[in-house]
Amino acid sequence: MPDQTFTVNGETVTVDAPDDLPLLWVLRDLLGIRGPKYGCGIDVCKACTSHLDGEAFNPCVTPVASVAGRSVTTIEGLADGDRLHPVQEAWLAQDVAQCGFCQPGQIMAAVALLRRTSTPTDAEIANVCRCGTYVRIREAIKAAAARM
Amino acid sequence: MTENAEHTGVDRRRFLAFLVAAPTLTVAAVQLDTPGAAAVPLPEPPDLGDVLNLAALPTSHLLTLKVAEDGTVDFWLPREEVGQGLTTAVAMLVAEELDTALDTVRVHLDKARPELLFNQLTGSSNSIRSLYRPVRTAAAAARQRLAWAAALRWGTEPDRVTTRGGRALLADGRSIAYGELAREASSDRFAEQPLALKPRAEHRLIGSPTSRIDARALVTGRQQYTLDLDIPGAKPAMVRRPPTIRGSVRRVRNAAAVETMPGVLAVTAIATGVAVVAETFGQALAGKEALDVEWGPGPVDELSDDSLRAKLRGAVAQGLPPLLGRYVDAEFDFAPVSHAPLETNCAVADVRPAHATVWAPAQSPIAARKAVADAIGLPDALVDFHVVQAGGSFGRRLFHDAAIEAAQVSKAVRRPVRLMWSRVDDMRHGRMRPATHHKLRAVHAGGALLSFRHRMASVAMDVRHGFGDAITAGLTGLPLVGETTAQAMFALSVRSPYDMGATRQTLTEVPLQLPTGSWRGVFSGTGRAAEEMFVDELAERLGQDPVAFRRARLRTAAQRAVLDKAAAGWGRELPAGWAQGVGFHEEYRSRTACVVDLDATDPKAPRVMRAVIAVDAGRAVNPRGIEAQMLGGLTDAIATTLRAGLHLDKGLPLEGSYSQFHYARQRNSPYEAKVHVLDGGPDAEPGGIGELGVPAPVAAIANAYARATGRRPRSFPVHFAVDFEPFPR
Repeated sequence: MPDQTFTVNGETVTVDAPDDLPLLWVLRDLLGIRGPKYGCGIDVCKACTSHLDGEAFNPCVTPVASVAGRSVTTIEGLADGDRLHPVQEAWLAQDVAQCGFCQPGQIMAAVALLRRTSTPTDAEIANVCRCGTYVRIREAIKAAAARM
Repeated sequence: MTENAEHTGVDRRRFLAFLVAAPTLTVAAVQLDTPGAAAVPLPEPPDLGDVLNLAALPTSHLLTLKVAEDGTVDFWLPREEVGQGLTTAVAMLVAEELDTALDTVRVHLDKARPELLFNQLTGSSNSIRSLYRPVRTAAAAARQRLAWAAALRWGTEPDRVTTRGGRALLADGRSIAYGELAREASSDRFAEQPLALKPRAEHRLIGSPTSRIDARALVTGRQQYTLDLDIPGAKPAMVRRPPTIRGSVRRVRNAAAVETMPGVLAVTAIATGVAVVAETFGQALAGKEALDVEWGPGPVDELSDDSLRAKLRGAVAQGLPPLLGRYVDAEFDFAPVSHAPLETNCAVADVRPAHATVWAPAQSPIAARKAVADAIGLPDALVDFHVVQAGGSFGRRLFHDAAIEAAQVSKAVRRPVRLMWSRVDDMRHGRMRPATHHKLRAVHAGGALLSFRHRMASVAMDVRHGFGDAITAGLTGLPLVGETTAQAMFALSVRSPYDMGATRQTLTEVPLQLPTGSWRGVFSGTGRAAEEMFVDELAERLGQDPVAFRRARLRTAAQRAVLDKAAAGWGRELPAGWAQGVGFHEEYRSRTACVVDLDATDPKAPRVMRAVIAVDAGRAVNPRGIEAQMLGGLTDAIATTLRAGLHLDKGLPLEGSYSQFHYARQRNSPYEAKVHVLDGGPDAEPGGIGELGVPAPVAAIANAYARATGRRPRSFPVHFAVDFEPFPR
């Protein structure tokens, strides 16, 4: 199998994996990076949302070969050491998470969204939260937008 | 032994705490009374939680609390955390009674412990109700022992020692941290003294809005769910499932070919399908998709929506018209609904010849452990079942099918496995809230209601797996309230809060081999919601305002207080095409009302714009957690009332992902949602909260839709087209 080399959370990694293996499983099963979650595998629920060169993307539908030489950031790489990202801080302030399973993806999606606009629409906040925390998510995004 | 001296409120059960022999201070809480209706009178009329409490009585003694030498407090919780915030509320109880900081308390989910019998079951919104006293009793006993140990050091009387912030204090300013006292406090020299729980007036944490103790782990990705655990050597496994529910495997035609695919380690058939074990889930998924299997039929292959609905409608009859008075009849239908937690069904299993270990999200771990042991042919005692925090549940984790499958696969391939269901399988082969049909009738004369009758038909609800057993045990010695366990649960949970004359509510079960389960509530999410829609219809027919009609018929001041709070903005002016709707619900010794403003300008795309919810959950342990639960219930209501349901087609749901099963999204959630947590009064015990929040907003939304459009919805979800191309079977 080919070697796949890319950067994850600032570190260069090389893994032995087929080109078409979705990055989600490279992260979770080969590299042990388990913040990004499987929720659907078809880019619908967006629980795996991470960043590719700073843009939101969904590793569940991204073949590992397509990220060669590029920079992947997962929820584990968002905080600066113990200093949380303002979006994470906003999530804490609103006590958003219930089961929490979708929240790494929610937060990564919100961070990328707020880099593009400070006033995202509801349709742009697309991640599924089955616990139904949407009201607090919207409040947290608003609060984070004010701080970013 | 130390007796809990506090006897307030309706619950007069007594708890003791005793010292556990250990290097540092360890105490356990015990239930003093023996079970049985004679020893412990049930409140009249009893509800489901009262019965579950009764079933849990004999074994409350195994709540264990330990104070370590660094001052941290460990508490082993015989319940599951599924996102309801239970570990936070329990940590608050411990910290409050122990006089220590919340962040020193660590709550661990206890593994399956069969000696707990019925006291390791998470369901029916009963956790805080059943734990409120024993948890505080254990913490109070620990606090007392720490104070004694400090008094001994200082050569003073224990009653001169106070405690605060994880330290024992003397009036002269001296203080010692709990951690330094933990070893001495574990001495058995201390004489037992009467134990008093803190009076409510001294509560600093209980009743204060508090954020989740695990919030930081949840927002940094550090929270470990089942498939995030590092179990050495555990390989990903997925199962190819039959084209119809509960179909069988006849033959695998290409196992050898699939085993040569990249990363695939093994292919093995189990009862529910064909498992592929691989180096990664991606490869297990590709392997399972490539399998060519000859399938046998399932038990419901002929069943589709039309036949299902006809069976339900035919199961109950409205009866002859009354001889006296006028009457109002109504019918409602609810489609089945997937639990669809974000974390799909999963488990890790390591099965060895003489021992097995399983890790899984489980609300009923004792039953799960036994089921696993039976499935792999080991004695129960040789199976360890670890409970892992769940990525959502809504009732789904009462069932442990993934744990059984993981154990079977691990046994067959002789290695530990991490088994995960695909999303498509989770929706199609998982559990569902059963479809229901409701026939309601009220008889009135001269403006007065003479009688109210609700006949509910439901696909049989699966209440086995520990839950039904607990109900049955709790009901022993009580008058029979139903012929089946499900009917008993119906009778204990679906109650009209109104005085509507002679009232009778009955459940008829339609036995079908569908995988059903309770879904954030047992029967109320449909049954009580239908009644609240009917109440609106009745008010309209009698020419009365829906809020005033309810208010006049609610029975207690507490009920009216909740309705009044939610309806404070009732009747305010709204744009054309909008309307308000109201709903009320009382269950689990809690009560709630909801008023929504619905924009139905486009009746095909209605949106809840604003929601006001009032809730009285008795003693509110964590108002912030209660608010979260009510907001979750509201979102569930928006989803199941307007768009989310399962279509059954020839033995299989059509829906296979969130693009098809239309659970609510941000664009469906209200711009404004206010939850008022009311004070349940000075003597209130906690009521249940997890499932309380669904029925009232379901009705409020449907009632608003009817008022906005002039068309009363009869079938839910209201918009339920097959607007997608189903995945292949």
